[in-house]
Amino acid sequence: MSTRVVTRPSGMSVAPMSRMLGASLKARAQFYRRSPLFLVFSMVLPLMFYALFGTVFAPKSGAPEFFAYLLGSYGAYAVSSIMIFNIGIGVATARAQKIDVLQRATPLPGWVAIASEIVTAMGVAVVSLIPLFIFGAAYGHVQLSAARWLLLVVSLVFGALPVLGLGLAIGYGASANNAPALANLIYLPMSFLSGLFIPLAIMPDWIQKIGVWFPTYHYGQLAWNSVGQGKEEPLWAILWLIVWAAVLFGIAARFYRRDQTRKFA
Amino acid sequence: MTVAELRGVTKRFGPVEALKGIDLDIPEGELLALLGPNGAGKTTAIGMMLGLRRPSSGTVKLFGLDPGDRRARSRCGVMLQESGVNQTLSVSELVNLFRAYYPNPMSADRAIALAGLEPEAKKPVAKLSGGQKQRLYYALAVAGDPEVIFLDEPTVGMDVESRRTFLESIKNFAGNGRTIVLTTHYLDEADELARRIVVVDRGLVVADGTPDFIKSKVAGRRVTFDSDRALTEADFEGLPRKRLEISGQRAKILTDQPEEILRALFQRGLAIKNLSVVGADLEEAFLALTAHDKAKAGESGAAEPDSSALEEVNR
Ligand SMILES: Nc1ncnc2c1ncn2[C@@H]1O[C@H](COP(=O)(O)OP(=O)(O)O)[C@@H](O)[C@H]1O
Ligand SMILES: [Mg+2]
Repeated sequence: MSTRVVTRPSGMSVAPMSRMLGASLKARAQFYRRSPLFLVFSMVLPLMFYALFGTVFAPKSGAPEFFAYLLGSYGAYAVSSIMIFNIGIGVATARAQKIDVLQRATPLPGWVAIASEIVTAMGVAVVSLIPLFIFGAAYGHVQLSAARWLLLVVSLVFGALPVLGLGLAIGYGASANNAPALANLIYLPMSFLSGLFIPLAIMPDWIQKIGVWFPTYHYGQLAWNSVGQGKEEPLWAILWLIVWAAVLFGIAARFYRRDQTRKFA
Repeated sequence: MTVAELRGVTKRFGPVEALKGIDLDIPEGELLALLGPNGAGKTTAIGMMLGLRRPSSGTVKLFGLDPGDRRARSRCGVMLQESGVNQTLSVSELVNLFRAYYPNPMSADRAIALAGLEPEAKKPVAKLSGGQKQRLYYALAVAGDPEVIFLDEPTVGMDVESRRTFLESIKNFAGNGRTIVLTTHYLDEADELARRIVVVDRGLVVADGTPDFIKSKVAGRRVTFDSDRALTEADFEGLPRKRLEISGQRAKILTDQPEEILRALFQRGLAIKNLSVVGADLEEAFLALTAHDKAKAGESGAAEPDSSALEEVNR
């Protein structure tokens, strides 16, 4: 038998990036479709808090404003929990199952897998806002201009970048066993102190004095600002968020490199 | 065209010297088995060829390129010893995902058929059995219609029957002039599939040749007996043995010519009791080649040092 002459269609020596990216996004979507619990968790809990807290604490007058404020709070809660839990636990699990090892042996560039994970998480975040928005508008009579609704979505998605950095840092730094506990341990107190669960106005002053140092505080301010109720200049909030994002992405990058060196050096 | 080329490759993991200087050329169309016991350095060697590991010294080329180059990787399919996929996705979803990584993939149906996974195509990975998972990894390895596939201990976890059909499938795939690089610690598996066997032991290539050549170097029979006095190596001087272990009055010999040995021993007037001559199993035959049971031989005071067993092979 003669050896086969390997004929390759001329030109194509690697797969087009668009195809790799498209397939990676599709696979992430298939993953979410097959694990509805991931979705339910990130949608049901914020909605439950919103409904409970809004109904119990709504003032006699100005209830729609109160519901708008809470929309900012629980919107921020929903999006940041997706960034921390879905990304953090997702990445840590992928490392534990050595999904990244097989991927590394394929022609897929490493960033495509991460990027598609982040993009789908952002998509899921936007989807998780829909029930909150519907509830706020229908039950809480929240009335915002179209521009403000849009501003709220944009603030909630992009203001979450520091928390995304935190999720990646947990994902690359912690083991799959520790990641969920660690995510809760960091995320729950931080959100509470930043006023995402209970409005800062009805909590003692010292809480805010601590909370102001956390990225989630400024994230909340950005969200409340977009519904017209922030206490902090949006520019300051954005600046805080950029600094926090730089720090947390920096930490994530360190953990990432450490992980890569361990596996592939 | 050379698929993979290793030149003086060493690899240290802290204090462990996993590879101690490997030179290896894998030409296109080769069906090559890297044969060696656990810890020999097979996985490390394959990792080098795929750019999963960087050599401590020496050079590695894949299709003449750096193994990390995407153009080189686009021509390779891999089945790793330890790796994973997203357990929630189904077989066909994963195959389609991996197809997208390669410039000229085969159809998903064909990849799934080659792996014999048609009935499981819609199943999530988490629901597959161990052997089915191995076949899924094989489907992912061939999905890109690669020129070369690297298979690191692919039959682990398979029963005898599925192992046979699996090897058959690899042979069919290889039939079109593709290159196969397979690691195994079973001689019969290497013999069945490969046209060339490279025996690796403790980070070194100890033998390299056709399956017949390698088989001629390993011992087929094990002779054991007790004598009435302490034995020494001198008692076995000049005998056609592959490996000798002496433990007091007891001797264990691996050889292809047990009759010759016994005749000579009787002629020398050695008392022989509790004699047994049995076919050496493949693992044992392999030990004769790589002299892997050093520790055991050492503690029982075997007269034959490892190096001589290796020399014998290299001669
Ligand atoms: N990541 C690692 N860290 C430390 N030692 C390692 C690592 N990988 C392999 N080794 C060691 O290198 C040697 C060769 O291992 P390996 O290549 O996996 O052998 P094989 O695949 O032939 O069983 C073994 O002694 C193993 O313990
Ligand atoms: Mg191995």
